[in-house]
Amino acid sequence: MGKANMVPAASVSSYTPVFDAVVVGAGPAGSATALALARAGRSVVLVERGPFPGSKNVYGGVVYGRVLDDVVPEWWNEVPVERWVVRRSTMMMTGTQSVSVDYRSAAWGEAPYNGMTTVRSRFDNWLATKAVEAGAQLVTSTVATGLLRDAQGRIIGVRTDRDQGELRAKVVVACDGVNSFLAKEAGLMAPAQASHHTLGVKEVLDLPGHVIDERFGLRGDEGIDIEMLGCTRGIPGGGFLYTNSDTVSLGVVLSLTHLAEAKARPEELIADLKNHPSIAPYLRGATLREYAAHLIPEGGYDTMPTMITDGMLVAGDAAAMTLAAGLWLEGVNFAIGSGLAAGRAVDRAIAAGDCSAKGLASYRSDLEGQFVLADHKRLRKAPHLVLSERIQQRYPGLICDLVDGMFTVTNPVPKQGGLRVTRSAAAKHGVKLRQLAADTVRALRVFG
Amino acid sequence: MSAAGGVLGSGHEVPGGIWRGISFEDRMSTVEFRVGERAHITVDSDVCRSCTTKACVTACPANLFAPTSEGGILFSYEECFECGTCYMVCNHEGAITWTYPDGGQGVVFHQG
Repeated sequence: MGKANMVPAASVSSYTPVFDAVVVGAGPAGSATALALARAGRSVVLVERGPFPGSKNVYGGVVYGRVLDDVVPEWWNEVPVERWVVRRSTMMMTGTQSVSVDYRSAAWGEAPYNGMTTVRSRFDNWLATKAVEAGAQLVTSTVATGLLRDAQGRIIGVRTDRDQGELRAKVVVACDGVNSFLAKEAGLMAPAQASHHTLGVKEVLDLPGHVIDERFGLRGDEGIDIEMLGCTRGIPGGGFLYTNSDTVSLGVVLSLTHLAEAKARPEELIADLKNHPSIAPYLRGATLREYAAHLIPEGGYDTMPTMITDGMLVAGDAAAMTLAAGLWLEGVNFAIGSGLAAGRAVDRAIAAGDCSAKGLASYRSDLEGQFVLADHKRLRKAPHLVLSERIQQRYPGLICDLVDGMFTVTNPVPKQGGLRVTRSAAAKHGVKLRQLAADTVRALRVFG
Repeated sequence: MSAAGGVLGSGHEVPGGIWRGISFEDRMSTVEFRVGERAHITVDSDVCRSCTTKACVTACPANLFAPTSEGGILFSYEECFECGTCYMVCNHEGAITWTYPDGGQGVVFHQG
């Protein structure tokens, strides 16, 4: 990999397309695109700005591998997994309380598995290696600095920051991540929309594997994923905790606009969470191995950019394909799914001799027909609901007080009925019962 | 432009100092940065002087931006996560210009 696959500069200086496709970004979307194209017999170069695939990437914790079933048979026997997620908890919190809904499944701990924790420097490298083994050329430590266009303005490749580093291709696939400068340059995406993005900050903490097993009730390669609501000082977002083999990932996701308005420092919020009475005991004695930050495109279906233009497709985070809908938090699977679809669409367009937007149009219909866009479309209202004021600032406390009201023994004062407890918890948090009912209906519509 | 004149030393102290056991400097020392010679961030401090929010100062997770007494912004680029928060929260278009560092340089996540 790497330099051994470097493209000689002399071969890229002619005006005829040198490659069938140039794929920018060797994350899951880019490597999946390159893999699909290489397997179809197309020539493809995969450009990565980091020194190795995954070196610029951070995620919130779980890869759902179903999308790989048709791509790498029994992928679970070779993927660089940390732990298989067998426990999934949703925790609603105030500063001193928490209520958890905890699901555990033995089936999730057996092949073909449901979700896994992994480390991106290893996972992304694994997938990129699959593409290279299929015949793609990987060029690392290289930034695609802009688009190449012909006299008619059609995209015909990319410029890179290498000497004589123009890469010409029939199609460019922009898998260049959440900041996608290529999608922006192509006019497919707005320059900067803070309101459609969240900031994720994450600590990876060293903790011996057997200690993780004991504290979280796990065995062997079993793992847990905890999603949290109400732990971000009212800034729309949430928290997460994932177990890896011998580390724990802990982080918060924060609405960019509200973070800026709140004038809070991201590491203060992560420190709050780390010291929460429901979290701190899990992490006692853990030490920081690596701190990280990354943006997440969280606007959902209605804020996705145009994904197709003459000579170019956009996939993965660059196309805002992350599902950050509270109950579901997924991204790597969408990146892989969109990359595979992009590879198929480019292959078809080349076969038909038409790499215009029209010739590439099957990309969109392919995505609409499978989970990648179907899930986003179904949950298009979810980001707005999950990041809404009542869900973020009132309901976690309301739910905690409701449970408190049910289970705090007040002898000799007699117990209150459930309705009365609900009413007083709602009143304390400024929620009217009809709002509670309306939001329940709304949630059923959004998620149902 | 204050690209040369206004560059801070990297890893300067967070306002408020240590957050529960770990200083900001220690926090950032866990991250690998392959620092290039070219600053991939530029800030037009003339524009910053008319900015009332200076959102970059608190929102940047690497704490690379600091206000000056004259109302401008000092910044450093060496320990940048390359997330994009700064230019997205900048409410004056063009005050912060941000591109990727050169190939192979910048942040290298090992546990991302």
